[in-house]
Amino acid sequence: MFTVGFVVNPVAGLGGSAGLKGSDGTDVQREALARGARPRAGERAAQAVRTLLARRPGVRIATVPGPMGVEGAHELVRPPAPHHPEPGRIAGGVGLTTAEDTRAAVAALADVDLLLFAGGDGTARDVLDAVQELGEAAPPVLGIPAGVKVYSGCFAISPATAGFVAADFDGTTAEAEVVDLDEELYRRGEVSPRLYGSLRVPAARAALSGRKAGSSATAEGTVEGIAREVVATMRPGIRYVLGPGATTLAVGRELGLATTLLGVDVVERGGSGFGGVGGVVVGADVSEPELFELVRGERSALVLSVIGGQGFVLGRGNQQVSPRVLDAVRAGGGELIVLATQQKLATLNGRPLLADTGDEETDSKLSGHARVITGYRESTIYRICPASEEFQI
Amino acid sequence: MSGHGESFAELPVAPKPPLRRFHQARWDEPIIFELSRPGRRGIAVPQAEGPGVELPASVRREHAPKLPEMSQLHVLRHYLRLSQENLGFDLNIDVGQGTCTMKYSPKVNDLFAKATNPLHPHQHEDTVQGVLEIYWRMERMLAEISGMSRVSLQPGSGSAAIYANIAMIRAYHNANGGEHRDQVITTMFSHPSNAACAKTAGYEVITLMPDAEGLPDIEALKAAIGPRTAALMITNPEDTGVFNSRIKEFVDLVHSVGGLACYDQANANGILGITRARDVGFDLCHFNLHKTFSTPHSCGGPAAGACGVAPALEPFLPEPTVDRVEFDGNERFVLKYPEKSVGKIRPFLGVTPNVVRAYAWIMSLGAEGLRQVAETAVLNNNYLMHKILQIPGASVPWNSRHVEQARYSWQQLSEETGVHSEEIGTRAADFGVHYWTSHHPYLVPEPFTLEPTESYAKEDLDEYAAILAHVADEARRDPEFVKGAPYNQTIHKIDMTSLDDPKQWAPTWRAYVRKHLSGQG
Repeated sequence: MFTVGFVVNPVAGLGGSAGLKGSDGTDVQREALARGARPRAGERAAQAVRTLLARRPGVRIATVPGPMGVEGAHELVRPPAPHHPEPGRIAGGVGLTTAEDTRAAVAALADVDLLLFAGGDGTARDVLDAVQELGEAAPPVLGIPAGVKVYSGCFAISPATAGFVAADFDGTTAEAEVVDLDEELYRRGEVSPRLYGSLRVPAARAALSGRKAGSSATAEGTVEGIAREVVATMRPGIRYVLGPGATTLAVGRELGLATTLLGVDVVERGGSGFGGVGGVVVGADVSEPELFELVRGERSALVLSVIGGQGFVLGRGNQQVSPRVLDAVRAGGGELIVLATQQKLATLNGRPLLADTGDEETDSKLSGHARVITGYRESTIYRICPASEEFQI
Repeated sequence: MSGHGESFAELPVAPKPPLRRFHQARWDEPIIFELSRPGRRGIAVPQAEGPGVELPASVRREHAPKLPEMSQLHVLRHYLRLSQENLGFDLNIDVGQGTCTMKYSPKVNDLFAKATNPLHPHQHEDTVQGVLEIYWRMERMLAEISGMSRVSLQPGSGSAAIYANIAMIRAYHNANGGEHRDQVITTMFSHPSNAACAKTAGYEVITLMPDAEGLPDIEALKAAIGPRTAALMITNPEDTGVFNSRIKEFVDLVHSVGGLACYDQANANGILGITRARDVGFDLCHFNLHKTFSTPHSCGGPAAGACGVAPALEPFLPEPTVDRVEFDGNERFVLKYPEKSVGKIRPFLGVTPNVVRAYAWIMSLGAEGLRQVAETAVLNNNYLMHKILQIPGASVPWNSRHVEQARYSWQQLSEETGVHSEEIGTRAADFGVHYWTSHHPYLVPEPFTLEPTESYAKEDLDEYAAILAHVADEARRDPEFVKGAPYNQTIHKIDMTSLDDPKQWAPTWRAYVRKHLSGQG
């Protein structure tokens, strides 16, 4: 019988809304929980299970017990060897697990036909390690995006899509890359992605998120043009939420502000002085609760860039912009300003921009066409849709 | 590099191998300024007899122009050598210059054009009735071809014609209370000059990206239009060669918000006599006479454009127009200056020799002939497409019907071999042909764009396809060999990085000397 295994990295994605850029290491995870972060990987894995069961009812689901398993599984495999003598249960009800736990869980599920894992790029690295140890015996795998950064090509574009791909899997596979960043360097603003290897995944190109493509060096002038256009349309008295990325960093630079490359910053444009240019940083590198407080009851707008190659505008690297933050911005009459060079949009091959905030209702409210600024006095109107709706066969 | 190992021993004159053993001439020819020698002359002009004429100081130049000083032979040899180091239309099977509509320019039309050489643009119109009649008749023919009420032949082609159209659009809105309209909508696969000219004229540009079928996303157009919309500037078929059959909906949507619809028909080769801009409601359009109407491309030189307008735009046409009037029972042709004209786009009337060439070309074909041009071009394109798609690793995105050209992809071949489209095109030059990839950014991965016009015979297309098939096969057998190409060309690879570095640009010899030679040694 066709068996799909599930492994959940329960701490994946914890650091996102907390503004910690990642969730590697138990210290960071504790800090994230202390900042009010809620685990979401389990719920995202459950979404994939629901889609899988709806599309292929007879499928057998195998998982491991404890925090690394999913609910609703038909079959429990033997438990992974606990790395911690006492899995540190703390407020929030999450067991802090480690890379070793992930590897043990993958090994325990080695005889499934397809193994789905919920996590981010760090989890993908652990799965890669486990797969390499298993060698020929390793099953094909597929990532359910649940981390802060999901830059590797081995992830489906949404949990629902992972369920679809698993349901339709006919044994045909392709190689997909695993990339990750050094989170310590990343927190200091250095983006240094490294290729760790490749995983055998179901061959369903359109359904995979693809490896992230950055802003190319030759697009420098264009990025400056985009920044100039954004600043030209900014009005005083409105709080502009600048998401992470080189394009939004240029907006800060155009305002004469030292905003952060990887954090979410809140800025306001100055008044008529200095020719109208210039502004203030209202909040730098904010966490989700801080951001919510800054936009609640205020007039605000979101300025977000696109992840090249993938198309994500929300839900990758900017989990601070949560559903309630989006609601607050919308309540203040705020608009969503998306930034991307034409080159970057070209890497999407006609696929839409994607929103994956973790809340399907919030995502579907964004559905439609968004104005994307592509240069100074240049824009396009581009389709945006919930990641869960894209690629429904 | 091809045909090795075949036996040619049977006949006194060996038959040719399937692929041409081409080798481009390499003359290492210097720039003409470097060939200049002080005092050398092409013609020894005799001293004029009679009293000399003293030019007033105000019109006399202080220094002689720094023209190259050369003999006739040296000039002739120089340009013949350059022509041999070139892959011009008259030498190669020029179907690879997709979107440029490379077609045969009948040589006899040069003779007709030559007849205009003695004319001076300042001559009184009474003395140039013949050439004015050609302008007028040419306008009427282009009006019939486009369905527009009037056509100006005053602007240059390409960006000059598009700029003339955007200038008329601006003048129209300004005269009709639409000064607030500051956005122009175009599409990603329309010629980029549409976006560039609109921006030059001060407009904000919204570019529609293609949808999953490769056509501009009509839902995005619905979201883009509004009270700020000045115009839609669109090509159809777009650079992909796919005809947008919903074009009337696009025009109607823009009209519904008070915007104008402008049709870039620079290349109308696939639709001549089949569909007309005005029939689907376009307000403006333009043609490039060097594309559809066969005048020489001349390296982007003295090409002539034609801008067609609907009646509401007539007051804004570039000046002068050529009008026919009845005078004492006789026909006369006069220059008119429309009251709200956008002015002159080029000097004087336009590029008269090319108007004459295009006029002669249309007259030689007639209405049926023009339609046959389009039908043959479309047939040729679909034949070539059939041949190209048989090459393993070549594909054409969006499985729709194609009109006069197609943008193909080597994505599969490139993924399998690591050889890129540019490298395949460069290797093709070793067989005496070439191709162009695509405008940027590349929406089609590893692109190449082919446009066989009506000029080519079946054996030309067979030869071209055979060359690409051969190079694709080489890429599989020996990718490094293809990457090392060209081997039979005038020069080896060109370092393109200087194109992105304004410090290195030198559009003239004087600029080259200033930037690169002065202060050295």
